[in-house]
Amino acid sequence: MRRGDKGSAARENVAAPAPSAARRSATFLAAAVAVALLAFLAARSVGNDYVFFAGYVVLQYIVLATAWNILGGYTGYVNFGTAAFFAAGAYSSVVLHKLVPLPLVVHILVGGLVSGLIGLGVGYLTLRLRGVFFSIATLAMAVVMQTLITNWEFVGGSRGTYVIRPAAVPIVGDYIQYLFLVMALLAALAVWVARQIEGSRLGYGFATIRDDEVAAEASGVPTLRLKLIATTVSGAFMGMAGAPYPYYVTYLDPASGFNLAYAVNSIAMPLVGGTATWAGPVIGAILLGSIQQLATVTISSALNLLLVGVILVGFVIAAPNGIMGLLQKRRP
Amino acid sequence: MAALLEVRDLSKRFGGFVALEGIDLDVNQGERLGLIGPNGSGKSTLVNCLCGTLRNETGNVHFDGLAMDGLSAHRRARLGLARSFQLPRPFPSLSIADNLRIPLLYVVGARPGGGLGEAALEARAGELLAMVGLADKARRLPGDLTQIEMRKLELARAMAGEPKLLIADEAMAGLSPTEVDDILALLAQLNEAGVTIILIEHIMRAVMNFSERLVVLVAGHKIADGKPEDVIRNAAVVEAYLGQ
Repeated sequence: MRRGDKGSAARENVAAPAPSAARRSATFLAAAVAVALLAFLAARSVGNDYVFFAGYVVLQYIVLATAWNILGGYTGYVNFGTAAFFAAGAYSSVVLHKLVPLPLVVHILVGGLVSGLIGLGVGYLTLRLRGVFFSIATLAMAVVMQTLITNWEFVGGSRGTYVIRPAAVPIVGDYIQYLFLVMALLAALAVWVARQIEGSRLGYGFATIRDDEVAAEASGVPTLRLKLIATTVSGAFMGMAGAPYPYYVTYLDPASGFNLAYAVNSIAMPLVGGTATWAGPVIGAILLGSIQQLATVTISSALNLLLVGVILVGFVIAAPNGIMGLLQKRRP
Repeated sequence: MAALLEVRDLSKRFGGFVALEGIDLDVNQGERLGLIGPNGSGKSTLVNCLCGTLRNETGNVHFDGLAMDGLSAHRRARLGLARSFQLPRPFPSLSIADNLRIPLLYVVGARPGGGLGEAALEARAGELLAMVGLADKARRLPGDLTQIEMRKLELARAMAGEPKLLIADEAMAGLSPTEVDDILALLAQLNEAGVTIILIEHIMRAVMNFSERLVVLVAGHKIADGKPEDVIRNAAVVEAYLGQ
């Protein structure tokens, strides 16, 4: 019955997943990439560049909402500082652009690295904070970072900076189409990672942190390390979502990079879709993102956050577990 | 042979309040130890210090020959020190079977060669549930369980880590006499299998039946340690429980 012995605790071996699980995960990744490519082809068939501009924002929110959910949904730590991680990615792109412009994919990797490190740092600094205190700390972090960027002349300070993007990319064509394609693939990657986490040892560990940290420790879960993994992965994807942003807007200033809308949307989307599974943030982002884009065109761009607010209140009252929660309840 | 658990001069304060002072305690391999004391005497604080949930200010704890000082709770769990909580603390969003999967993944799975495949995980969780009589509730959530089932789940989760020492913190509070017997039988079965057990309990019938040795805590001090029948006749113990 007993197997424990000395010196074993230090090791942290991840049991290899069964081959069938590995195959299922590969299938899922292939399907996600296929959906991303289909979305690209569908947007192309419309023959109007505006579809790419609007679609890009929705895809960007799929990444942000999925990233937020890895920390907020899986471990229960509510991050109000999405804008800071997003802007860190965007501004690292600006810095790279000014120093040595590299291919967009490299910018995304660097943006992910920078925001991932910020996530790790925030994790370390806020480890003792739980619940609402953690959330306030992330909000404060966003304010501090915005102040730093506003006073950093190299990236344009409060005036902002222009980023001239190439007109076209070989094979794909127009640059906005390229941005759309890259963001679609990034969304596929983010969703795949979230799903991988969900069914894994890591995902079970995250769930115990959300449920009861003391009981989790007593059951052998290294809560500290897992929280750091969550803040790092979540931050990294937010940074990756932000890295192409300067090329999308071509003019970036702190007010747009650190826009409150990122924080609000990345919380509202998973809550509306459902925080328990990878599908929730995707559904929420597509739903809210599309409604916002439609409202921007048909009514006014100022209506966005109001709409999000109203929808969120409706869901909190009528469906606290989001759309996925409603669907699961239907099932016998 | 050295004791499995050695506690030396352990003290714990909360601000100005001394919860534990100068506790010395040895528990031998395979022993069944009863730990009793009035409410607020420091029993649960002692458990928390032993398991790493709280940090003791002075003194040290050796378990299985290793110094525990400074080790986090999950490290101690992996070394074979398991506990159940006084008030059951299941993972409410995970099914009953998945509640057991956690220690299987993170305690057993963290030991060399302990990694279990999906099929083995299912099977092991099933065995544990059958052992505590919850097999038919594997897919339910902890919120659906009754009080006794919740306590059985709590014990099953502690046992899932294949511990050397199990500390059962009031596993029977609020249960009916037959339910108490159920839990006692479970603990006796574990002890037969070689697990050392510390039982913290208010129900004297259970403690007296189960324990080979009895330790009494009063106001953070250990006032008695010995055979159960001697300890309950000890004048200091009688005074602590009944007054003069």
